[in-house]
Amino acid sequence: MPQDFDSTRRAFLAMAAAGGALAALPSSDAKAAVGGPTVQTNAKVVIIGAGAAGSALGNRLRNRLEGAEITIVDPSVRHIYQPGMTLVAAGLKPADYVISQTTDWLPAGVRLLPERVAMVDGEAQTVATEEGTTLDYDFLVLSPGLVLDHDAIEGFSLDMVGQNGIGALYAGPEYAERTWDAASRFVEDGGRGIFTRPATEMKCAGAPLKHTFLIDDRLRRANNRENAEIVYAAPQGALFGVPIVAEKVRMLFDERGVETQMQRTLTSIDASRKIATFETADGPVEEGYDYLHVVPPQRAPDFVVQSGLHWGDRWVGQGWAEVDQYTLRHLRYPNIFAAGDIAGVPKGKTAASVKWQVPVVEDHLVAATQGQDGTARFNGYTSCPMITRIGRAMLIEFDYNDDLVPSFPGVIAPLEELWISWLMKEVALKATYNAMLRGMA
Amino acid sequence: MEELTLQTMIAVFEEMFGAGLFWAMVATAVIITLAYVYVLIRDKRVGMRKFLIAQLFMPLGAVAAVWFVMVMTDSALSDIGGPVDVIVLLGIAALGAVGIAILVYTVEALAFGRTTEDQRDGAKSRNGLGQPAE
Repeated sequence: MPQDFDSTRRAFLAMAAAGGALAALPSSDAKAAVGGPTVQTNAKVVIIGAGAAGSALGNRLRNRLEGAEITIVDPSVRHIYQPGMTLVAAGLKPADYVISQTTDWLPAGVRLLPERVAMVDGEAQTVATEEGTTLDYDFLVLSPGLVLDHDAIEGFSLDMVGQNGIGALYAGPEYAERTWDAASRFVEDGGRGIFTRPATEMKCAGAPLKHTFLIDDRLRRANNRENAEIVYAAPQGALFGVPIVAEKVRMLFDERGVETQMQRTLTSIDASRKIATFETADGPVEEGYDYLHVVPPQRAPDFVVQSGLHWGDRWVGQGWAEVDQYTLRHLRYPNIFAAGDIAGVPKGKTAASVKWQVPVVEDHLVAATQGQDGTARFNGYTSCPMITRIGRAMLIEFDYNDDLVPSFPGVIAPLEELWISWLMKEVALKATYNAMLRGMA
Repeated sequence: MEELTLQTMIAVFEEMFGAGLFWAMVATAVIITLAYVYVLIRDKRVGMRKFLIAQLFMPLGAVAAVWFVMVMTDSALSDIGGPVDVIVLLGIAALGAVGIAILVYTVEALAFGRTTEDQRDGAKSRNGLGQPAE
């Protein structure tokens, strides 16, 4: 017969005490407010752009600056969760997975001006919109994102996406979905797939690689890999900016049978003949394709250059804002900061970088309202959950020095294809992103 | 990740499930745990028969939890790529197993109360003689 365990009063009291100790943890932790103490100011703060960086800063500055007048200028009705677009373009998520409303993320007490910026006058400290509004500012944050220059590729226009084997997942949620239309036909029919990337700086340099890996996996799952040829063509000399990661990707590409063609820049498309033309050191080369993934050159919005806020001698023709790479403060106008894609820094056009840039801008801007200097520094942190197939990814994190900076050293190996890294991308990333937009993470 | 505080974790979980569903799940877990503690105090003992039946459900809970996570994340067992993945998988299975055991035990105890057999077992162990109490 089974023995019984009598639960004594003493055991119960011990258990209750342990439960009480656990319950006490959240309250002691919650006292550490996000960001830092609130300060009094009557400063006028203007934030250009309500994307990842702009929304997060709007929320955090609202919490930190009591009495400040905060205005966000952005004509976009929709907010796009851009890290999800590679999943949409591989048929893993619907387009609406990445779409929300800009106003969903902005706190009460921050004014949204739904207009497009035409000009910033750094001397007079004003922002003028195309609609004719002029705003004065004491502090300005540039976070307008970047522009996809589709016109730079001859013969290409966005209405071609999804037809005749053309994909372009960066262009937006609907285009990412149409990219899957074209890619899924390639998965069914096989043939020759060419995956490109541009010569300019770009947001999430891992995304073209992820798309290549995912379509390779889709072909394998369809038992059609042997009928397909996959080519990765890029203007750079290496597959990734961080050498140790580039080597790992090279090994994976070898293993998966992906051919690489380096130092090739896509310049034009003849959609009717399914021919793509690449610029190489030896002149133009024509390549036939059955599926072509187009990633256009990327540059700053026109107003940044027209307002003279860009680097003159670096990234010529791209127009990224001339800021200190550690403080994100403009080198010529100390009351202007930049965060997100627009920042002219060597690394970090990703949402993960935004998460680390935002507290730095917040620290320096809040200190400046009190006539002081901030102390926070951005070390170039960038994270890329590099999907290598459906169900596995490598959680790659690095900084300005091309050092790997794993968040979970000894637990999640950065260069291993792991399920847990996929889980993070699939489950935790969007939630963390949304919490960041609200200024909570 | 820059800072992984409990506050951040709560914010992330709220976003993952929606604040309403997340706190409803927390409340459900707390209620089941409290009900479990309540039946333990009420009965002043763990009914071994109920505990045994609850244990029989543990493999079911483990498999259900793993299946749920796999389906929700487009994953398969073949995606397990390293030791940490095995640990995560076992952790999910363990959570499912323990969770369902507590749930089944509590439901049994609340629905059927102290059964005659449990009472007899309890009386036997209390009088220490191995004889059924009158």
